[in-house]
Amino acid sequence: MLETTALACERGGWRLFSDVAIALQAGGLLRVRGANGSGKTTLLRTLAGLTRPAAGEVRWRGKALDSESHREILFLGHAPALKDELTVLENLEFSARLSGLGDLRFKDALERLGISRLADLPARYLSQGQRKRAALARLALSSGVPLWLLDEPFAALDDEAIAQLSGLCASHLEAGGMLVLTSHQDIPIAAPDARAIELKG
Amino acid sequence: MVPAFAFIVRRELRLALRRKGDALNVLVFFVVVASLFPLGVGPEPNQLRAIAAGVVWIAALLAALLSLPRLFAADYADGTLEQMLVSPRPLAVIVLAKITAHWLLTGLPLALAAPLIGLQYDLPANALWVLLASLLIGTPVLSLLGAAGAALTLGVRGGGALLGLLVLPLFVPVVIFGAGAVTAALTGINPSAHLSLLGAFLAVSSLVGPWAACVALRVALD
Repeated sequence: MLETTALACERGGWRLFSDVAIALQAGGLLRVRGANGSGKTTLLRTLAGLTRPAAGEVRWRGKALDSESHREILFLGHAPALKDELTVLENLEFSARLSGLGDLRFKDALERLGISRLADLPARYLSQGQRKRAALARLALSSGVPLWLLDEPFAALDDEAIAQLSGLCASHLEAGGMLVLTSHQDIPIAAPDARAIELKG
Repeated sequence: MVPAFAFIVRRELRLALRRKGDALNVLVFFVVVASLFPLGVGPEPNQLRAIAAGVVWIAALLAALLSLPRLFAADYADGTLEQMLVSPRPLAVIVLAKITAHWLLTGLPLALAAPLIGLQYDLPANALWVLLASLLIGTPVLSLLGAAGAALTLGVRGGGALLGLLVLPLFVPVVIFGAGAVTAALTGINPSAHLSLLGAFLAVSSLVGPWAACVALRVALD
């Protein structure tokens, strides 16, 4: 469903990687590995349609990425996209509406990430890990979005949150979803169709 | 599509309400700049009447320049802009909603305060109405074209100064027709021609501004 052919990306005239071929089917998990600066984030942004590849093409359901495919692709980058002035709940509500999610059980989603007691706290007061959890709470509402692209989802999380996130990812894959993630740690997600690619300069 | 517009405007207004200083700063800046001129120029009523419209319009431009760098900067820094670009909502609607909120928070209060400034300049009642009308039609242009400038200078060091260089020349017609309308009213000429031209400029910039801003945002986040 997600395919790339001979994908190459450049940043500032510098070739990060070339000839990356990905073929991901329903239920598939792809882990992107590589040293710092090898282009993991750039690859994810390219798959999300944010960055234009220098060569090659990203195809979703056999077609080039377009505005329709945004409905079926969820991208969570490094930045948690939280507004300090808004409460955790308000932030989640906005990001869910922005991505056009139909599932609006916000409290449940915060519960799944263990931050329901922070719902009415302005995001300004959250710790780094709590911010990460607040951003990831959207995943609990996104079971209907087939492809998840997660950039370093396990960074800054404690053991409890890692378990919660792995659970969310595993049930997403079980339901036929697809997942591409970058991670430096070994990921504790059980998936029958798990693959990894290593980016080299 | 319409709900997307509505909830983004609502969010921007809610954010502004929690961060009152930003919008208030712009209004206070406008009032202070426009009030400094009579102190510098002297209290001669004819002279004040003659410069009133120009001063108010220039102060409005400067106030807009003060607020524009913040239009996309916060969303850019915290990753919201990224989410806006990958969202299934049309980017043009999102940008138009942000522009609308920007006008509601800066242009509109400024236009409503302008008649009070006009009183300091001894403007007659009919000229005050024309001043208000010209600002109500003209300040949205500042937000629309300013948004394109803000998007183009996103993430650029010293972007604020660059933004001024980019958009101030585009604002020239707004100042000419906006101030011209008030001057016409003062000299007993019907100001509707000036206001119509201002309206035409608004129509053009409501197409060009958001479109250019969308293109620039995609480039800035590439």
